[in-house]
Amino acid sequence: MSLLEMKGIQKSFYGNQVLRDVDFTLEAGTVHALMGENGAGKSTLMNILDGIHKRDGGTIRIDGQEVEINSPSEAQEKGIAMIHQELTTIPEMSVAENIYLGREPVKRGFIDYKKMYQDTSELLKMLNIELNPRIKMGKLRVADQQLVEIAKAVSQNARIVVMDEPTSSITDREVENLFGIIRDLKLRGTGIIYISHKMDEVYTITDEITVLRDGESINTWKTAEVTNDMVIKAMVGRELKEQFPKIEVPIGEKLLELKNLTIQGQFENISFDVHAGEILGLVGLVGAGRTETMQALFGITKPESGEIFLKGKPVTFSKPADAIAAKIAYVTEDRKGEGLVLPMSIAHNITLPSLRELSSKIFIRKGEEKDAVQKEMTGLKVKAASVKLPVKMLSGGNQQKVVLAKWMLKEPDIIIFDEPTRGIDVGAKAEIYKLMGEFVSQGKAIIMISSEMPEAMGMSDRIIVLSNHQMGGELRREEFSQKAIMAMAMSHM
Amino acid sequence: MSNQSSGQVSSAQKKQAMKNMVSKYGSLAALFLMIVVMTAIKPRFINPTNLRNILRLASINGLLAIGMTFVCLTGGIDLSVGAVMGCAGMYSAYFAQEVMNLPWFVGVAVGLAMGLAIGLFNGICVAYLKVPAFVGTLGSMSIAKGLTFILTNAKPIPKLSASFKYLGGGMIGGFLPIPIIIFGVILFICFLLLYNTRYGRYVFAVGGNQKAARVSGINVKIVTASVYLLSGFLAALAGIIMTARVTSGVTSTGDGYETDAIAMVVIGGTSLAGGKGRLWGTIVGILLMVCLSNGLDMLGVNAYIQMIVKGFVVIAAVMLDGLSSD
Repeated sequence: MSLLEMKGIQKSFYGNQVLRDVDFTLEAGTVHALMGENGAGKSTLMNILDGIHKRDGGTIRIDGQEVEINSPSEAQEKGIAMIHQELTTIPEMSVAENIYLGREPVKRGFIDYKKMYQDTSELLKMLNIELNPRIKMGKLRVADQQLVEIAKAVSQNARIVVMDEPTSSITDREVENLFGIIRDLKLRGTGIIYISHKMDEVYTITDEITVLRDGESINTWKTAEVTNDMVIKAMVGRELKEQFPKIEVPIGEKLLELKNLTIQGQFENISFDVHAGEILGLVGLVGAGRTETMQALFGITKPESGEIFLKGKPVTFSKPADAIAAKIAYVTEDRKGEGLVLPMSIAHNITLPSLRELSSKIFIRKGEEKDAVQKEMTGLKVKAASVKLPVKMLSGGNQQKVVLAKWMLKEPDIIIFDEPTRGIDVGAKAEIYKLMGEFVSQGKAIIMISSEMPEAMGMSDRIIVLSNHQMGGELRREEFSQKAIMAMAMSHM
Repeated sequence: MSNQSSGQVSSAQKKQAMKNMVSKYGSLAALFLMIVVMTAIKPRFINPTNLRNILRLASINGLLAIGMTFVCLTGGIDLSVGAVMGCAGMYSAYFAQEVMNLPWFVGVAVGLAMGLAIGLFNGICVAYLKVPAFVGTLGSMSIAKGLTFILTNAKPIPKLSASFKYLGGGMIGGFLPIPIIIFGVILFICFLLLYNTRYGRYVFAVGGNQKAARVSGINVKIVTASVYLLSGFLAALAGIIMTARVTSGVTSTGDGYETDAIAMVVIGGTSLAGGKGRLWGTIVGILLMVCLSNGLDMLGVNAYIQMIVKGFVVIAAVMLDGLSSD
């Protein structure tokens, strides 16, 4: 008998059928990867399991018993715990308070803090998590907050734990730690549903893989019996020829140069240049100062010292509008936080930075705006029923394309890509890479921050490595190797 | 199986479509229903004179609600509008007294200047000094009240010049009241502003996601500050018209109008969280609230009970919106 059996699950939103007859089975004591492109229906399926969405059809069985789950709290009662990609902890409360939120131990009508902290200590110890139960959640790093959520799940005796891209914002060492804890949970007989786009992780930690595509379950395999290509083919529905379609582009004049750019404690004495036709990779460990450097370049923060030269002329950007006016664009890492206005329509998001060009003295020229939007939608192959839909209705990959569309319309000379393909499926990734190639072949330049080594090495012409807020080194394409990059990334630790 | 599933899909579709309808047109339907019911009970509800009264009432309240819509779209709130009405009303009345013998526009200019000043103050507080809108405008509400009382030590200002009074009581062609015309013009301009200019787009963007707006090159502070300026200006205009209409400056002008304005905006489907809303919805909200009080008056319902009814209507409207967007 399986721990969890979801059978023939169906769901539609606004008349869009997003799940059709999806089957998914989880055995106790195993880790089961749930894979698929963005918009394939993974999140919807999990939200149905968690009682957030109501299914239109199908059955859910736990230990062979048919169950109805109407809310997250009912899911919790049935031993289901969700660890969302965007963590749902309360920053102002302590670790222990977060773990026992809503079920605090009570003595004579008051919260028994002593017991709460004691229990938390024991729990964390049991899981080999070294954290102070009294520290405020907001003070912890993302990786540690995630561990607290796992501890919470364990303390609720969760038997089914869903992890949605748990490694998307943590370092390699933290990933190891997380995997240790996952193996521990397996031994206790917990079933874990592991949602991830990262192949290497899926091969390391999971026992089975189920692939969804366009709301249907395509196949389920034992992880040991399936190849990378088979999984990708199942996800995309076709074979991807090249993972990194690098185009050879002649490198031209120097477009941008940073000299000794510094904000103490964030990045210090950062110097490099970017040439026309070039994709410059900016790599380093999480926290090395890559994003901070780019934010200063784009005028989001003010550098304390150092200079920026644009085509040889010194410039200062005191706000993003200045950088945009100098034909620089910034595709931020956090597309929901900084890239998009979620309640706004797709069309209005795309034209937001370009309204000045699309307006007469007073009014927006709506016809022209519509044409511009249509051009970018086609160029980037954004999949949407209507450009009037709020952008938040799109899947991650399509949202990222909207961010790109918005900047492409602005016709910049230099684009800063901060983790351009994070949380995006393989199909959309390939399209974005292709687009990057086309962009630089017009004599323009890209600075790409990437934490994915294969991506950085596959796409860049040159790589700048930052290490602990400082310059770690520079590598030309023929010098690229994981080993060389890691050595530079660690050089100032 | 496939038959059954397609049946389920279409019923789910219907349900969702239904919810969208309720969310979008619920208030409009409620307004329509109310007009029908009121007409059935009291046929004189829809005779032209009464409709004109309703519109005249709506035009003063409506100015506040339009300004409030802009403020709410940026995710803010302006609690000072009622007090600004009173303040602008008193200062304009002071300079429109018969004995001063000044042209009508002097009083109007002084009143509008008061509104702009308080609006600017609000805008600076919220956008540049990072005071939460609720607190900042609560403070300026008290400041505006104080300024109102100081002027005449809370005594009313009677005997206003005829040309000034004409702003509130005058009619064009003997039928169309001036306040309604002013409201119509302002409404038209604000529609264009919100939906056909960059500025309007920026208001939505700032309310929807400040950070993304800034990264897109929008000057978030100026946009944020500007909506309070607009709100202050429109509140002052409402106060001036109201004063001209009641033909004397009274310190209690505009008392409690801020809650009505917020109610109208919210009934119209604009989210107090910002970034989401519609101006025509506010128009429905304005008419709904005004028809409600006019209708209840006509039915002889006592004013205190009316307050209770209004309270429930506002809550019900927002509840329906919340349920349907679930």
